[in-house]
Amino acid sequence: MALLEVSQLDVRFALRQGEVKAIRDVSFTLERGERLGIVGESGAGKSVAAFSLLNLISKPGFIAGGSVRFEGQTLNTMSERGLRKIRGNRISMIFQDPMMTLNPVLSIGEQMVECLKAHRRISSRDARAIALDKLRQVQIPSPEKRLDQYPHELSGGMRQRIIIAIALLLDPDIIIADEPTTALDVTIQAEIMALLLDLCEQHNVGLILITHDLGVVSQVTQRMLVMYAGRVIEQGPTREIINDPQHPYTQGLINALPQMATPGEKLNQIRGSMPSLSNLPSGCAFHPRCDFIRRTDGQVRPACIEQVPGFVQAGNCQAACHMVAELQEDRRLKEESQ
Amino acid sequence: MIAFLIKRLMHAVLVMFVISVLAFAIQDNLGDPIQQMVGQSVPESERDALRERLGLNDPFIVQYVRFAKNAVQGDFGYSYFYREPALGVIARHLPATLELVFAATLIIVLLSVPIGVYSAIKPRSIISRFFMGASIIGISIPVFLTAIVLIQIFSIGITVSIFPESTSWGAWLNGFFSTQGSMPSFGRGYDLVHVIGHWDTNLASWNGLKHLVLPAISLASIMLPLFIRLIRAEMMEVLQSEYVKYARAKGISMRRVYFVHALKNTMLPVITVGGVQIGTMVAYTILTETVFQWPGMGLMFLDAINRADIPLIVAYLMIVGVIFVVTNTIVDLIYGFVNPTVKLTGKPA
Amino acid sequence: MTMKTNKAPSRLERFRDSFVWYSFKRDRTAQLCLAVFLCLVMAAFAAPLLAPTDPYDLRQIDIMASELPPFWIDGADEQYSLGTDAQGRDLWSIILYGTRVSLLIGFGAVILQALLGVTFGLMAGYLGGRVDAFLMRLADIQLSFSTLMVAIVVGAVVKATLGGAFYSQYAVLMLVLIIGLAEWPQYARTVRASVLAEKGKEYVDAARVMGLRSKRIMFRHVLPNTLSPIFVISTVQIANAIISEAALSFLGLGMPETHPSLGSLIKAGFDYIQSGSWWITLIPGAVLVVLVLSINLLGDWLRDVMNPRLYKG
Repeated sequence: MALLEVSQLDVRFALRQGEVKAIRDVSFTLERGERLGIVGESGAGKSVAAFSLLNLISKPGFIAGGSVRFEGQTLNTMSERGLRKIRGNRISMIFQDPMMTLNPVLSIGEQMVECLKAHRRISSRDARAIALDKLRQVQIPSPEKRLDQYPHELSGGMRQRIIIAIALLLDPDIIIADEPTTALDVTIQAEIMALLLDLCEQHNVGLILITHDLGVVSQVTQRMLVMYAGRVIEQGPTREIINDPQHPYTQGLINALPQMATPGEKLNQIRGSMPSLSNLPSGCAFHPRCDFIRRTDGQVRPACIEQVPGFVQAGNCQAACHMVAELQEDRRLKEESQ
Repeated sequence: MIAFLIKRLMHAVLVMFVISVLAFAIQDNLGDPIQQMVGQSVPESERDALRERLGLNDPFIVQYVRFAKNAVQGDFGYSYFYREPALGVIARHLPATLELVFAATLIIVLLSVPIGVYSAIKPRSIISRFFMGASIIGISIPVFLTAIVLIQIFSIGITVSIFPESTSWGAWLNGFFSTQGSMPSFGRGYDLVHVIGHWDTNLASWNGLKHLVLPAISLASIMLPLFIRLIRAEMMEVLQSEYVKYARAKGISMRRVYFVHALKNTMLPVITVGGVQIGTMVAYTILTETVFQWPGMGLMFLDAINRADIPLIVAYLMIVGVIFVVTNTIVDLIYGFVNPTVKLTGKPA
Repeated sequence: MTMKTNKAPSRLERFRDSFVWYSFKRDRTAQLCLAVFLCLVMAAFAAPLLAPTDPYDLRQIDIMASELPPFWIDGADEQYSLGTDAQGRDLWSIILYGTRVSLLIGFGAVILQALLGVTFGLMAGYLGGRVDAFLMRLADIQLSFSTLMVAIVVGAVVKATLGGAFYSQYAVLMLVLIIGLAEWPQYARTVRASVLAEKGKEYVDAARVMGLRSKRIMFRHVLPNTLSPIFVISTVQIANAIISEAALSFLGLGMPETHPSLGSLIKAGFDYIQSGSWWITLIPGAVLVVLVLSINLLGDWLRDVMNPRLYKG
């Protein structure tokens, strides 16, 4: 049994205009110590997926179906009290913007100690000692001083280090990191990411990394999910997907990476933009932007417009596209002709 | 912190300067001390001589400096009506007003925080809706009207006879809605306990406390709904914030999330507004004290206006100015104490 | 800016498509409040038509008929549906006239506040620098002294300077001036805040680059974008102004009893409450509360709907 098993997760938002399905039918597993990437454009439902794992979706959102199982316990039906024992303790989170994440009126020490005290019977003195140890681990300069400082006295990079330290405080099994470096200066992004990876590896912590940055995912994770308009459209081992993407959307994402472009030429963009969740196109949600929707005779493939695609196995990967086999064939022919 | 203190002090001095100039301008234009000092029969030449001797013909600036010098030493001149130093008259009336404000503040703080927090945490519950509805009605009733209604209900008493008296339930309902007026609605009562100097307190005797009840509720009635709504709005905003979500993700108990993480951030803007509202409260004591004939500064001020007792009016303005400045400074200091971001920058971030 | 191919929608059509109208159609409280408010306004301004007697006409007053109770209490005279006050004036008539006075002062004071506040707020926000520092410091001081206090002091001083008789004669004008002067900082701060927010936006830079003069940029480009917060605080300010007027009148610094507003009616009636004639003070009081409450609820609803950036603390 996997450490974390998510199956057919379905999250909706009850808005005035009606229900909006934020994510649908999301399933994946995470093994102990494994690193999983969830990739997609903003609005694809990555963050909703991340927050729904710990049932932290705030109103008007709610989990409408499916299950999240952690060590055999179903988290999405668990009581708030039971969930509290898991949050921050067995599964901890790293939020996107370190400027907004720490409480401005509480000292760093307070915010670390309270987390330890919430999960362990421990004296304040011991809690501070542990906090200090974790601060050392995240390589903060003069850690003793930091405990009595307030968030506004620290830079963004330092704050994110502190948040990583808090995530590691109780030696969790899983860390969910929602765009952990997006809000930081480009110069320190790599540093923070390396630190996070290093510590996860050292402590054998599972990592769910949510990001829009395919480059990071390809370097860091073992397996990945690609999300589009609330659904997983491709999943499998990271290397296989990067080397041989099956879904046209994933192909588009990879081609759009700057390193894929020929110098001096335009970057390869996916035309159009992601549809709003309250107004999804019929059939495959990607079809209005898909380059392969027309057959060679110029006719639009009816299945793409009429039917939501299911997963098709391709190697160790799965892709939700009607044309996986045809596209594979096309690519093979192209390679042969070259 | 030092820079912050100095900045606050500068502001306080500036405010006091503006108030004193205004107060002096009032005195200069309205009060003719000669008229008060000598009778009608004194000839004009003698008046002029007296005017010259008292320095009333000096330039405005010179007179103002003299006025300010005296004011700093606590000399605001003689009250025309009481025939004694204006400051003494105020000192006699001050404790009554301070006790009233204190009692009202107590009511406001004790009620507004729990109600505001509760209705932010459970915005859809019936109790929250009730409080929100009641608070907007509360805001719409002027203080003096609240006071009058309270007097009618609890001091004069109302007899309800809209239900048929012949039936038992009708008689019961009539009795239920009728009140006997037993609460005092006039003055501070006879059983005041002397504390020190001019200070006789209402707080130490049953009769004194009873006299305090209706005025204090009236005075609190206008601020309480404002604070409930303010605390609720701020708290709801804070509850939406990332750091509250993060605190939940850390597995901290909801009680700690609400009362440590959220409430502390909620109270920052509330403290600022609170400082301004203390000033407003002093203004409302004029109304409350008038209705209840509460012998405090407010009633004294209104009487002074009606008697054109200029030195007393001026002294009142100056003292109230001092009260505003002092309370605002204290509130700013509390704000600086609660908000860690103030210390570094010297101003609230 | 208008599309040439399509006919530009008329103002009415645009309003009917707007979210404000949409949520008004769905909100019973807002509908009821607007209805009550409009009824009160119309009744007040039709007072000469609706009132059975003219309370300002001394010949129509019967001093023998004083302190008569309203119709549902024994001893009422059917000629006076809501009873009479201590001078024998018909309460129904005098409340109608009093409401008119209260509304007149409320609206007048708010117009003055808005004129002063918007002008100063635009100047402070747009010109910045010393003008801004001076105006905002002034607003700070005035607000820290509390607007009611300022109104009371100014009222007292003006009354003492000009004499009671003169003050009474021009009471409406005086109250509009006093309340208008006391409350302008509310507008100024709100307008300044939204000007500062707008100023950072590109269209203002664009207008400046195009060589428009600052006065024109302010009134044609920035001001329209500050309208919705102005609109929202105006409702609250009208309610406040009506209450302030009532408070001043209650203290004897407002409308004289011969020409009463709701506040001076309450004041006059208060003297008779101990003798059991509660209606003289409480019926005008109830009218005042209903009037202010309906405006406040409308203001609340508007703020929820328009959700503007308001000045805080």
